[in-house]
Amino acid sequence: MISKTVANVEEALNGVSDNMTMMLGGFGLCGIPENAISELVKLNIKGLTCISNNAGVDDFGLGLLLQKRQINKMVSSYVGENDEFERQMLSGELDVELIPQGTLAERCRAAQSGFPAFFTPAGYGTEVAEGKETREFDGKMYVLEEAFKADFAFVKAWKGDAAGNLVFKGTSRNFNPCMCGAAKITVAEVEELVPVGELDPNQIHIPGIFVQRIFQGEDYEKRIEQRTVRTRE
Amino acid sequence: MLDKNGIAKRIAQEVQDGYYVNLGIGIPTLVANYVREDIEVEFQSENGVLGMGPFPFEGEEDADIINAGKQTITTLPGASFFDSAMSFSMIRGKHVDLTILGAMEVAENGDIANWKIPGRMVKGMGGAMDLVASAENIIVAMMHTNKRGESKLLSKCSLPLTGVGCVKKVVTNLAVLEVTENGFKLLERAPGVSVEEIKNATEGTLIVEGDIKEMVI
Repeated sequence: MISKTVANVEEALNGVSDNMTMMLGGFGLCGIPENAISELVKLNIKGLTCISNNAGVDDFGLGLLLQKRQINKMVSSYVGENDEFERQMLSGELDVELIPQGTLAERCRAAQSGFPAFFTPAGYGTEVAEGKETREFDGKMYVLEEAFKADFAFVKAWKGDAAGNLVFKGTSRNFNPCMCGAAKITVAEVEELVPVGELDPNQIHIPGIFVQRIFQGEDYEKRIEQRTVRTRE
Repeated sequence: MLDKNGIAKRIAQEVQDGYYVNLGIGIPTLVANYVREDIEVEFQSENGVLGMGPFPFEGEEDADIINAGKQTITTLPGASFFDSAMSFSMIRGKHVDLTILGAMEVAENGDIANWKIPGRMVKGMGGAMDLVASAENIIVAMMHTNKRGESKLLSKCSLPLTGVGCVKKVVTNLAVLEVTENGFKLLERAPGVSVEEIKNATEGTLIVEGDIKEMVI
C-alpha cells in the first residue's frame, strides 16, 4: 500500500504559495475543508484564485480568506450571503467569474479525467457563452467549456484511510469527489482517519489514487447556514 | 388572484406519478407541500440528493444533510446521495422529468431571465442555467407583475438571459399560460381574475381562444 498520510494540516499544506489556484470542496458551508482554510488563513498567502461553488459567509469558510484579502479571484456559481465579498466585488478589489453550477462541477471532473474541454448546453445564448466556441449537435446548440487547471485541491471527507480512499457523508459530498485528482496535488482532510482495511472496498467513493495527502482533521464546527425544522404534532 | 401558496398548489397538479422533480428556491419549494398523496414522486436537489423529505424535527438537524437552499432537510426511504457532477448528469442528461423554478422575466419565445440585474449585486446563477438548458419540461412559478406593477411576461426579456427558448408553461398569481410559437396562450384564469385583467398585466403577445376556464385549486 502506498501511504498518503501526513501528520497534520501544516504538513498537508506544504508547498502552497502566493498566486496559486486552489480548488475547495463544499456547497455553502456543507462539506468545506475547514482545517485547510484555517491553515491558509494562518499562512497568510495572498493573490489566490479560488475555485469553489460558494464563497462562504462573512466569518466562516472562504469568508475568512476574504476578510484578510487573500483572494484575488473567485470562480463560483453562487456567491450570496457574504457582505465582505459584496464590498470587495463592487469596489473592484476582487475579480469574480460566475459560471453555471453543472459547468463548474464538470470542469473539475474534466480536469480529473483528462478531458481538455467538453460541450454543454448550459449558458448557450447567455453572457456566459460570450467569446466561447459553440457547436450544434442534433439540432441543439452547445458551448465549449475547458477543464480547470489548479495547483491544489482541498477536499473534506467523512472517513478515509492511509491509502487515500475516501467516503463522504450526506450532501457534504457535493463538489469534493469532483475535485479529487483535478489539481496537481489533492489534499484530503477527514473526520475519521481509519486503519487501512477497515473501509469496505465496495463502499469507497473516491479511490486513493486521486489523493496525494490525507490527514486527520480537527475541531469541525460544521456550521448550519439555514436551520429549518418542523414541529412535532 | 392567487397567493404564493395558491401558485404552488396549481403547479402541484402538473406533477405526475413517477416523476423526478427539481424544485427551485422560493415558490417552487412550496410545491412539495401540495403534491397528491396517492402518487409517487421523488424530489432532486442539485447539491446531491434524490428522495428529499420534509424538514427535520427540532434537535434532529444534520449539518451534512441540506438542500440547494442550504436548509436542513431529511431524506425518505430509497433516497440517495451523489456528487455535484453526477447531480448535473441527472439534469443535463434529461433524467429529471420536471423542473420548476422562479423567474424575473419570461419572454413569449420561452426565454427566461432570473439571475442578474445589471448594476446591482450579482449573486450568481447557481444551477439555473444547467437546469433550463436541458430540461424538457420547465414550469415557471412567479408573480405576473413585479413590485413596480410592470409585466414579467414580455415580448422580449430586458434582463440578461438564463436560457433561450426553454420555458414551456408559466403559472402566475393571475393565470396559467403555455408558451407557443405565437406567444403566451392563456389556458386558465385564477379565481376571480378576468381575461381583461390578464391582458392588461401581460406585455408580451397573449393568445386568448374561446372561453377561458377558471382554475380549480
